Amino acid sequence: MGKLNNVENPNNINSSDTLSLEFVSEHALSIPSFKMMDANGDIYKGAVKSTMDKKTALRIYQTMRFVRILDERMLAAQRQGRISFYMQCLGEEAAVTASAAALEDKDMIFAQYREQAALAYRGFSLENFMNQNFSNEKDLGKGRQMPIHYGSKELNYMTISSPLGTQIPQATGYAYGQKLDGEGACSICYFGEGAASEGDFHAGLNMAAVHKAPVLFFARNNGYAISTPASEQFKGDGIACRGVGYGMKAIRVDGVDTLAVYEAVKMARDYAVTNNEPVLIESIAYRLAAHSSSDDPSGYRSKDEEENFRKNCPIARFKSYLLKQGWLDEAQDEKAKDEIRQQVLDALKTSEKIEVPALEELVTDVYEQVPPHLQRQYEQLKQHVIKYPEAYPATASRIVSNTPEAK
Amino acid sequence: MAKMNMLQAINSALIIAMEEDTRSCVFGEDVGHFGGVFRATSGLQEKFGKDRVFNTPLVEQGIIGFANGLAALGYTTIAEIQFADYIFPAFDQIVNETAKFRYRSGNEFNVGNLVIRTPYGGGIAGGLYHSQSPEAYFAHTPGLQLVFPRNAYQAKGLLTSCIESNDPVIFFEPKRLYRASVGEVPEEKYSIPLGKAEVVKQGSDITLLAWGAQVEIIEKAAAMAELEGISCEIIDLRTVLPWDLETVVNSVLKTGRLIVSQEAPVTAGFSSEISATIQQECFLHLESPIDRVCGLDTPYPLAHEKEYMADHLKVYEAIKRSVNY
Repeated sequence: MGKLNNVENPNNINSSDTLSLEFVSEHALSIPSFKMMDANGDIYKGAVKSTMDKKTALRIYQTMRFVRILDERMLAAQRQGRISFYMQCLGEEAAVTASAAALEDKDMIFAQYREQAALAYRGFSLENFMNQNFSNEKDLGKGRQMPIHYGSKELNYMTISSPLGTQIPQATGYAYGQKLDGEGACSICYFGEGAASEGDFHAGLNMAAVHKAPVLFFARNNGYAISTPASEQFKGDGIACRGVGYGMKAIRVDGVDTLAVYEAVKMARDYAVTNNEPVLIESIAYRLAAHSSSDDPSGYRSKDEEENFRKNCPIARFKSYLLKQGWLDEAQDEKAKDEIRQQVLDALKTSEKIEVPALEELVTDVYEQVPPHLQRQYEQLKQHVIKYPEAYPATASRIVSNTPEAK
Repeated sequence: MAKMNMLQAINSALIIAMEEDTRSCVFGEDVGHFGGVFRATSGLQEKFGKDRVFNTPLVEQGIIGFANGLAALGYTTIAEIQFADYIFPAFDQIVNETAKFRYRSGNEFNVGNLVIRTPYGGGIAGGLYHSQSPEAYFAHTPGLQLVFPRNAYQAKGLLTSCIESNDPVIFFEPKRLYRASVGEVPEEKYSIPLGKAEVVKQGSDITLLAWGAQVEIIEKAAAMAELEGISCEIIDLRTVLPWDLETVVNSVLKTGRLIVSQEAPVTAGFSSEISATIQQECFLHLESPIDRVCGLDTPYPLAHEKEYMADHLKVYEAIKRSVNY
């Protein structure tokens, strides 16, 4: 039967009519995972040719290696009671690092919370990581958020917010503005398969498609939302299939395959910026770490399961590739790891000695200027702290006499 | 000067802002070609194009999420929530994101260029879901500014200030007065400061305080009381958050009496906050208890709207109670 034309199409559908009475199958879409190399770092026969040059490859590798070491050390620091909280990227380093590497520096990154590798790739210093985790006075976030809630205007990395999925429609709005600015920049927005159940996921993806925003939605399907397995999160074929529902391009990629993630995101970025359209990318990996330092996976998954996936290490796989390319020297790599471990430890020791932000930072940045009522509250608090200095040792000794400027 | 109703005044402020700043967008449900269900954005899409003035899908959390992102990029972002009753799907984006954007990032990022316009309030036979005054929910959230115009002139001047402010604002528009409030409004740009209450009328016996559409109600009650020789000082708070304590305190120190009137239910309304603060600041100067004349603690009714509303008669009775205490 005839195709509906646009004038007669107020329902905005794109189909022909049928005389057969049947459902569309819930399995109508079965999206394959894009791969390039196997577990040994060997390129599959017939694979897409890699466009990743040696310099980029080594920068990706070094970033993954750094984040692995940082994560190990910071989790230990948390266990020692030196920081309050931590989240590791373990198992997803390739997905996060290679996707960030496929972007340009002007592109905005909206992360969820497990994407420290993207920030490291952009060049966030070890000191900045540490100062945030210790919420000291050198933290760019002024000691206001729990560890791992990084942010950097300079590096186009939007400050992390704990509520899940809120960054998704924000990335859409930001990317819409990037489109209007016409400078060829886009945004990437990371979130987990659990966060994709939030209403903001629907809001953000639908609006991005409708308003033609150049944003890459990067779903890290890592199997778990804290303890809830993906099988209890959704019924459909992962996250990628939803892109079709929103009318946007979608691709699923093996998130352990650094090369595949890089090529997929590069293609998505080109498409998004050229066409001013969003793309949904679903990375398939396994969250090898606990959800956070407050979580204990032994309550919801077996050691066997973890060991099975531990063999599928994204860093080891990429390292094998690099060695086979002759781009990496094993001995030098081991030496570098030792050096990084020492640097991390030194930075940690330095950072934990830096004082917390001054008391007045409690009331700044609520508004651009401290309003009168808040200035009054600050004055009252200050007098109280001065009266009971032993109860507030972190700030009492450093109270400055001048108060934040009133509006 | 021209005669304008409140919608025309708002429209005028929007046009001036968009002409001045090409990096500005206006969006929301039906705000495009249709000009909004109340026509506040009439003609904007024709003037500024579909890229800058557009309909969004029907998703309030998306509208504000999108707005937060666009504002974070530095765009002057004016988002409309069609009725304040429907702002709650966006509550998380406003309370956890908009309000905390600058603070949580240590000022690395901010959404100070964001204005959320939303029609609020009753008196239009709108029942539960086209009548609410939800300011108290947001007044509990540091980082937001809440602004209420009482007439057309105020609407244009205050909206201009909201758009130019470097902190996010929810601009609550009293929809009952959209067409009813007509007055002389300058065609050119002007602004009225945020965070400053206005003493609308001087008086010596009692202070009456309200914001938005409720100012008209206390004015009516004051006119009745004046006939009995009670001199009322009338204050329009204008900005509910952060509010102008000084102006209210100075007035109550002079009159010794205060009535705060709001459309919203009485329990935990913003009038409660004002009452608590003023009794602390003016305790020894008070001649009678501070009173609140508010909506009942019910959902907003339909058939009983007249009975429910904090009308001028209820305020008038409260004035007499206070003066004769």
